[in-house]
Amino acid sequence: MADVVLQPNRAATAKTARKRSSLHNALRRKSTVAFLMTLPLILLIALLVIYPAFYAIHLATLNKSMQRFIGLSNFEFLFKRETFWLVVKQSCIFAITAVIFKAVLGFIIAHFVHNIPARGQRKWRGMLLVPWVIPPAMSTLAWLWLFDPSYSAFNYTLGLFGAGPIPWTGDALWARFSVILVNIWVGAPFFMIMYLAALKSVPEQLYEAAAIDGANWWQRIWYVTLPMMRNIIAITTLFSLIVTFANFDIVRILTAGGPLDHTHIFATWAFRVGIEGSDIPLGASVSLFMVPILAIAAIFILRDVNKRGNEA
Amino acid sequence: MSRKKLTRRQFVAATAMSSAALISAPYVRGAYAAGKLSIGFWDHWVPGANKASTDIVNEWAAKEKVEVSIDYIPSQGNKLILTVAAEAQARSGHDVIAMQTWFPHAHSEQLEPMNDVMGDLIKQNGEPNGTMKYLGQAGGKWLAVPASVGSQIKGPCSRIDLMKKHAGIDVQAMYPAGAAPKADDWTLDTFLKAAEACHKGGVPFGIGLGETTDNVDTAGAIFQSFGAALVDGKGNLTVKTDAVRQALDYYKKLIAFLPPDAGAWDDASNNKWLVSGRGALIMNPPSAWAVAKRDAPQVAEQCWTHGFPAGPKGRYAPYLGYFWGTWSFSKNKEAAKSLLRTLSQPDAIEKMVVASGGYDLPCYEKLTTLKVWQEEGPPKGTLYHYPNPHNHQTLSIAAAPAPPKIAQQIYTQATLTKMCLRHAQGEAMEKTLAWAEGECEGFMRS
Repeated sequence: MADVVLQPNRAATAKTARKRSSLHNALRRKSTVAFLMTLPLILLIALLVIYPAFYAIHLATLNKSMQRFIGLSNFEFLFKRETFWLVVKQSCIFAITAVIFKAVLGFIIAHFVHNIPARGQRKWRGMLLVPWVIPPAMSTLAWLWLFDPSYSAFNYTLGLFGAGPIPWTGDALWARFSVILVNIWVGAPFFMIMYLAALKSVPEQLYEAAAIDGANWWQRIWYVTLPMMRNIIAITTLFSLIVTFANFDIVRILTAGGPLDHTHIFATWAFRVGIEGSDIPLGASVSLFMVPILAIAAIFILRDVNKRGNEA
Repeated sequence: MSRKKLTRRQFVAATAMSSAALISAPYVRGAYAAGKLSIGFWDHWVPGANKASTDIVNEWAAKEKVEVSIDYIPSQGNKLILTVAAEAQARSGHDVIAMQTWFPHAHSEQLEPMNDVMGDLIKQNGEPNGTMKYLGQAGGKWLAVPASVGSQIKGPCSRIDLMKKHAGIDVQAMYPAGAAPKADDWTLDTFLKAAEACHKGGVPFGIGLGETTDNVDTAGAIFQSFGAALVDGKGNLTVKTDAVRQALDYYKKLIAFLPPDAGAWDDASNNKWLVSGRGALIMNPPSAWAVAKRDAPQVAEQCWTHGFPAGPKGRYAPYLGYFWGTWSFSKNKEAAKSLLRTLSQPDAIEKMVVASGGYDLPCYEKLTTLKVWQEEGPPKGTLYHYPNPHNHQTLSIAAAPAPPKIAQQIYTQATLTKMCLRHAQGEAMEKTLAWAEGECEGFMRS
């Protein structure tokens, strides 16, 4: 009898002790601590990113007055619109051109900075980062004044040499050029700083070995630098592609999508349709259209990075 | 330690007193007995103009025992539009909110009907102009109360000297201060000839062809002068009509005399054009003139605001109206309505118009002849014809008479200026019309 009475208590005590020790072990595990420490950020992201994302999906399935569920009809409607396909084309031109130029310029500038003696390098690094550090809405306003249709400082300068005036924001081609130029100006320093960090991590012995093998300047870049930087190039390109596709402020401030819609990109057209035109479901659908494009790009780039990581 | 005992008599007396206080509490008017009211007004660009509305609201709040809070929301960066959209989504926000042109219709299902308020105001102030009725009413229901603050006519503001010199037109004689207009000859043909002459003289008319409101409003008025509409009042497509073709042809001729960069103009471009002395005429409320008064007085002294040129189907001028609305989910609708009545009293309206230097334009027929427009200057009388005191022109808005939810799309997407620009850049007329028809079909989705 006594055993019978005592046994459950013992079992309960052992269970509690096991529970305590497993909790203790869990807390001692690095991954648990890491999870707990990142929990506030995860909650923040859930609140500010995941919830709005799902809400946008929900909005995109409603009719214009937001009273009826219409499934994918908004997308069906968009696919029939000439302006929508113009926006898709422009977003691709804008993002791909800007990212390529940002990457090339960043790569070149990173090499220049890398070759500056260590003492003076910090100053150059700081100065070159300025366009990236200034809030784009502010720096774009300065660009707007430089490109102003009637009082452009660029045209004034060109006029001194008997050239111009150039319709920076008034002609479709020039307007596209202007918004891409400003985007490159803002974004190239990010590539520069990332590539500079990558360059610094390439072991000097590889260059020495290449020099002994008689490799010239181009061969050293092609066979040593670029393979060593492949992952960082892939990641920065992906990151920049996402940010550039989703750009809003530069185009909005500089051209507001004009002339004749020839500089509209997804975000600016979504704003025009959704907020200014009071058609929020259609605006949400336009902005969601970016997701599959970026998801495909992300899958390919990250798969490549992963593959190389496994090979290493 | 002494301990005070509560006697039975004391207990009964205290209970009776507390009960009496509790029962009578609602009937005692405290400082804020009528509750709270939050207000989102449009942030006026004229320095000091907000103070007039603040004073009126505070005076009303003190009288009505309401605790008020006012936010002045700028329209720059579409802050006001964003606030209205966010509040409609969240079903929470200001009890009284300023709304531009199309937004009462865009949120018609969520706005508190204002028929009771408007009935009294119309009896007192006279009929609102046709544009405000079109923008503010749906199915016989007033969706919001027309606001004088921010409402404006975007008529021509001409340089007296340059128009005389280059076009041989005396705008002061055509629109004399204090008298009815003598502008029978002020037609779109005269306007085109004047545009050509001023272009030759090196001071082109500053009319933009961009996608912002000033550009769209001018195009709208010119289209209406030809009787051209893309969609009629019943929602039928009327793009491929002779009237639209005539309007497009006219615009093509006009564009040849406008600044070459007009396609990239925004709402600030025309103001800068006038203030810098580069042009002989712009289409704007007196804001450009007011800035010139401060920054370029020699330009301001030569400015004269007047009526639109007449077309074959009449003389139309763009009226951009603001409203004050109350959400159906507002917590203090009665106080909101009471405030809107106060803000729409003639003396309150006059106070706000004076504070805006004559910029604000009430829509009521009895309030277009306030003293401020007769006296503002220099030159004296420059604003006399701004409020259309002789009903010389029909006030309208671009894309009307299309049903407002369709018209909003035509207006926001700047379909009219895009059509003009496409055609002027060499696109065949029928191709431009087909493009516009396709756009308008898309705007009809519900």
